[in-house]
Amino acid sequence: MSGQSSFQTNNAIIKWVEHRLPIFSFIHESAVVYPTPKNLNYWWNMGSLAGIVLVVQIVTGIVLAMHYTPHADLAFASTEHIMRDVNYGWLLRYMHANGASFFFIVVYIHIFRGMYYGSYKAPREILWWMGIIIFILMMATAFMGYVLPWGQMSFWGATVITNLFSAVPIVGEAIVTWMWGGFSVDQPTLNRFYSLHYLLPFVIFAVVFVHLWALHHNKSNNPLGIDIKGPQDTIPFHPYYTVKDLYGMGVFGVIFAVVLFFAPNFMGHPDNYTPANPLVTPPHIVPEWYFLPFYAILRAIPDKLFGVIAMFAAIFILFVLPWLDTSKVRSARFRPVYKMLFWAFFIDCLVLGYIGGKPPEGIFIVVGRLATALYFLFFLVLPFIGWFERPKKLPESIATAVLESSGDGDGGGGGGAPDSATAKAEDRG
Amino acid sequence: MFKIAKIVVFTAFAALSLSTTALAAGDADQPKDMKWSHSGPFGTFDRPAMQRGLQVYREVCSGCHGLKYIAFRNLLEIGLNEDQAKAIAAEYTVMDGPNDEGEMFERAGKLSDYMPSPFDNEKAARASNNGAFPPDLSLIIKARPGGENYLYSLLTGYLEEAPEGVTLGEGMSYNPYFPGHQIAMGPPIDDEAVEYADGTAPTKDQIAKDVVAFLAWAAEPTLEARKRMGVKVVIYLIILTLVLYGVKRKVWAKLH
Repeated sequence: MSGQSSFQTNNAIIKWVEHRLPIFSFIHESAVVYPTPKNLNYWWNMGSLAGIVLVVQIVTGIVLAMHYTPHADLAFASTEHIMRDVNYGWLLRYMHANGASFFFIVVYIHIFRGMYYGSYKAPREILWWMGIIIFILMMATAFMGYVLPWGQMSFWGATVITNLFSAVPIVGEAIVTWMWGGFSVDQPTLNRFYSLHYLLPFVIFAVVFVHLWALHHNKSNNPLGIDIKGPQDTIPFHPYYTVKDLYGMGVFGVIFAVVLFFAPNFMGHPDNYTPANPLVTPPHIVPEWYFLPFYAILRAIPDKLFGVIAMFAAIFILFVLPWLDTSKVRSARFRPVYKMLFWAFFIDCLVLGYIGGKPPEGIFIVVGRLATALYFLFFLVLPFIGWFERPKKLPESIATAVLESSGDGDGGGGGGAPDSATAKAEDRG
Repeated sequence: MFKIAKIVVFTAFAALSLSTTALAAGDADQPKDMKWSHSGPFGTFDRPAMQRGLQVYREVCSGCHGLKYIAFRNLLEIGLNEDQAKAIAAEYTVMDGPNDEGEMFERAGKLSDYMPSPFDNEKAARASNNGAFPPDLSLIIKARPGGENYLYSLLTGYLEEAPEGVTLGEGMSYNPYFPGHQIAMGPPIDDEAVEYADGTAPTKDQIAKDVVAFLAWAAEPTLEARKRMGVKVVIYLIILTLVLYGVKRKVWAKLH
């Protein structure tokens, strides 16, 4: 993007285009010679996977939209029409529905990877912000998409979630009426959700570009969390990471295909195969699984307004994570206390997800409240950890660490390889 | 600080183990675990069973339950030939029109028609069924947790009398597999409820299995196509992934 390009060609047409629109050199620099840390492990595959899933969602979604009817009386039937009469309609819809779930699986791993290896720290704060914005947009898109088949869970999930905004003091009711386009979730709601569900993925696509722009400016973080110090620390993106990403996509594809073809409704809810009925409330209204941790936080607080605030705070607190974490060391590999805290936080998120799917009664309420408290406690103790914790010695550079541990697969386990590398680096020092 | 972290981890684990032991039981019995020919990655529908199931649906269920997403043309998929499907369609009367005079008229069903529902709307259905709404059966297998097993257990699991201490509502029956245990549908099938042309003994168990096989197909007629494609796609992707792994190893080997 800057200065003299290493891109060379003798092809006259490419030269002609390149002179007017430097697209070939742009691709060359951002996807071919783009310098990438040598030591990225497989957790770094999630970014490219998320990109692929986004494309799959957009392509299947556009074709589904050709057959779907956004009308309260026809939406459910048109979904069944897709399943039964459209050629490979069942494949498109199952890909789209399961694709949403897999998008969240991949992105959740991506976020946890960023947290484990401190990828949110300077100078990558804005890169991190763009990621959170994508995550929020994904949640909005997925929520509205789930409403479109107009099944029981679509309808009642939409009713419960949109009703949350009624907790806003004074203007709450007015906001909800405005969002619904009426006095209950009905035709206007379905129609606008359809419109926005079609729009938001393209907004996500745009933010992904900003995310990549920020990424390519400072380059990828790496499992050691130390800066790139020179060309000896990096390898060109192509062929090393293109082939590694392709291999990752293959593994992902196998898992995705097994679920898609052999358990396509595993992550859905049976109630959504019953058409929406405003007069019959399902016994347990649960959102899609990827919202369950936040749903658990919402229900953990006895007060509606504070529950809503807590739920949004649980997401928005991620924006200030780069400043809550006071440690200068990025990777959890060299932060023994943070590493434990991270895993506690991870388990806590799983617990919250489990609680979110259970009815709010008995032990689930107690555990839900405890897990919610722990969720926020993580962010509260984080600044202090940075002051008290004594990090392990960092390796001198990526290159020395990789050299010392060559042959080691680096599965992301932490311990061994970097520690020995540190020791060797000290010997030399 | 280490201690705090340990406590945090311990509490989180404790919370997890607590929550898993307190799995919500729900108030309905766990459905029986049955074998279905269409389950598993290589499963295919049992066509003779489905044809018997169609007969059960038409003679028993269709009095109260619709099957509106199934067209008569779809019956070719369960192994009927075109004449048989046309003959079944012709037994139904459907409303068509308007004709050139602007009048609606009734005519015999054709292959392109969908199964007529027994009631015009939900209100009419409730009026004739003591306030209960017999659901359309097109998607019933996918719309109930437990699917096939649930429906089979429900159909065969009625108790003649409610257990002691349970007072049944007016016109209700007791079924331990139904959420709440009180169900407005009376025991729908019994031994000899239908007479099978193919000589299969029409036991209650057999009838339930047959209608479940039929309704499983009705809920997802594309199941066989999906599984056939799935086997091919998964095998293809596994081979592709192994090749890509080899390429990755080879490319990265140059680095060391």
